[in-house]
Amino acid sequence: MKNTAFAAVSAVALACAAPATAGPEAEVLHWWTSGGEAKSAAVLQQEFADNGGTWTDMPVAGGGGDAAMTALRARVLSGNAPTAVQLKGPAIQEWYEEGVLADISSVAETEGWADVLPGSIAEHMKCEGKWCAAPVNVHRVDWIWANAALLEANGIEMPQTWEDFNAAADKLMEAGITPLAHGGQAWQDATVFEAVALGILGPEDFRKAFVDLDMDTLKSDKMAAVFDQMRKMRGYVDANFPGRDWNLATSMVMNGEAAFQIMGDWAKGEFLAAGKEPGKDFLCASVPGDGFLYNVDSFAMFEVDGEDKQAGQDLLAKLIVGPKFQEVFNLNKGSIPARVDVKLDAFDTCAHLSAKDMGDSADNGSLLPSYAHGMALRGAQAGAITDVVTAHFNSDMSSAEAVQMLADAVANSL
Amino acid sequence: MTEWLERHIPKMVLAPSFAAVLVFVYGFIAWTAWVSLTRSRLLPKYEIDGLIQYERLFNAPRWDTAMSNLFVFGTLFILISMVLGLMLAILLDQKIRTEGVLRTIYLYPMALSLIVTGTAWKWIMNPGLGLEAMVRGWGFESFTFDWVINPDKAIYAVVIAGVWQASGFVMALFLAGLRGVDGEIIKAAQVDGIPAWRIYTAIIIPSMAPIFLSAFIVLAHLAIKSFDLVIALTGGGPGYATDLPATYMYTMAFSRGDIGQAASSAMVMMGVVFAIIVPYLYSELRAKHD
Repeated sequence: MKNTAFAAVSAVALACAAPATAGPEAEVLHWWTSGGEAKSAAVLQQEFADNGGTWTDMPVAGGGGDAAMTALRARVLSGNAPTAVQLKGPAIQEWYEEGVLADISSVAETEGWADVLPGSIAEHMKCEGKWCAAPVNVHRVDWIWANAALLEANGIEMPQTWEDFNAAADKLMEAGITPLAHGGQAWQDATVFEAVALGILGPEDFRKAFVDLDMDTLKSDKMAAVFDQMRKMRGYVDANFPGRDWNLATSMVMNGEAAFQIMGDWAKGEFLAAGKEPGKDFLCASVPGDGFLYNVDSFAMFEVDGEDKQAGQDLLAKLIVGPKFQEVFNLNKGSIPARVDVKLDAFDTCAHLSAKDMGDSADNGSLLPSYAHGMALRGAQAGAITDVVTAHFNSDMSSAEAVQMLADAVANSL
Repeated sequence: MTEWLERHIPKMVLAPSFAAVLVFVYGFIAWTAWVSLTRSRLLPKYEIDGLIQYERLFNAPRWDTAMSNLFVFGTLFILISMVLGLMLAILLDQKIRTEGVLRTIYLYPMALSLIVTGTAWKWIMNPGLGLEAMVRGWGFESFTFDWVINPDKAIYAVVIAGVWQASGFVMALFLAGLRGVDGEIIKAAQVDGIPAWRIYTAIIIPSMAPIFLSAFIVLAHLAIKSFDLVIALTGGGPGYATDLPATYMYTMAFSRGDIGQAASSAMVMMGVVFAIIVPYLYSELRAKHD
């Protein structure tokens, strides 16, 4: 309340002193530096400038955001936080607990965010009931991509169950085709693992295991079954998978060297960039099982001093969730808009499927955060789980051992 | 006045670097030790909470892997680099004509960044691209060299790349040592008709003991702080099979927002370094007093 009053006063002050001040200012820390992502960031920058703002770009590339987080820590410790920072998932609340996030509820209420964002995604943007971050997009993680020609040549349909998948993979193995394109990096192992886990555990137990860290579920027989399936998956990848980047795995599917890939919808960008058509050259489907795993990029707003910066923060928050930016940005990035009222005419069929499933799963409570992409758990816990997943995938550990290790690792990380 | 200056200038010149070392080395060691006793996650916190981070550290299977990797990598890396370096030095010491050129060739890997070494060896050892594919291409279909992707063998692949990088440098050290041995003794031995191998094992190598110690110290600290080689060669994988304490610490501090855990692993690493350095310093100091 105090903040709103202050903002109102400062807005008046700003209006009176207009010629003397620079107008809204924002310094934005992000790691969208590669091709399509940089283009997407430029869209926001342009729109901000069109609304009279001054944008100070602070891109920090490297390590999937690790470098940016290091820069952020240094800035916060020196008492000079950027206006807005690309942050996601529980990291937002983790920073809030350090007492450095700003309250942007006034913007959220004026713009009616609560009405246009799916409930579980909106929850990620709130810190103790107050809005403190703005969502940019929704990536779906539990996709399975396939080479259409290979499937047709071998008489295979998109799998509806994991048994179907295993049968299809065995058939492809006999035909001398690598069934699963995969890159042996820990986060990719984790991506496949959570897709399998969602299918085998079902949405309810997935939430118990990877959101609530319920020990009984983590140690359950169903979890052992998830590891059994992971062992099968290990047999379906080619010998050269260790260390391979995800986009190289995607091009294996594109070039017909492999039939399937389990990866988030950023893989679609690779297919589209290579001039492939969804439904014709490549197929997209959700992995066998119910539910929807989301990975939502967002900007957290940090506490800043000065009217120009606060005005910039409010303007930025408004633009990010605005329908125009959500449409243009997500067309570039391959994801779908976080707000549900954006027209999807310009989007492709995979995005339509994603948006429809998001709506359905939001209604029946199976819209779930991705653990592998840092939406469900904090870094230490998610990392502990990934350690076990990747150790199991890259060795001959039994499922029973893996389940025990999983429970121990989670307990040790708390 | 001049006398006063003479007496105090050395102190004044040394004072800034002394102060800098005091703060930036010992000060931050103390800071890390403090943080390792707290529950710091994303940002450092200062409420001491006992040895919780060390308990977590020693309960983590990944840390076990990192420590045993350090042991395997350290031992093999130091041993093979020294043996290979010594052999190269002895062979180069036979007064051959192209010594200058050969010496440069062997020393050159040391001039490369470990990132370059790691990336090059990653490709050389990749079964689908490098050595294995090449030999199979020659018709030896059963040839297998997949260490870099085999979790049980990957650490040995790191040793290969490390040895390739460091053995030329060790060779240069030993070559300097060989040249420093008194030629008169060797000539006297030759006059007495002692075979060449005996001259090496009984005279030359024992008189090079200080060089062995220097080589050991240099290689040991290279092994313990080894980070970029693993990152470039295997990224710590497959899984975390080639994790070293340094990569573990980096992951905890910068990827997982677990600063307390990172600090405790850094303290243990420092303990390992001390275990090697302190006896060395002790022997050095004692030698001076004698």
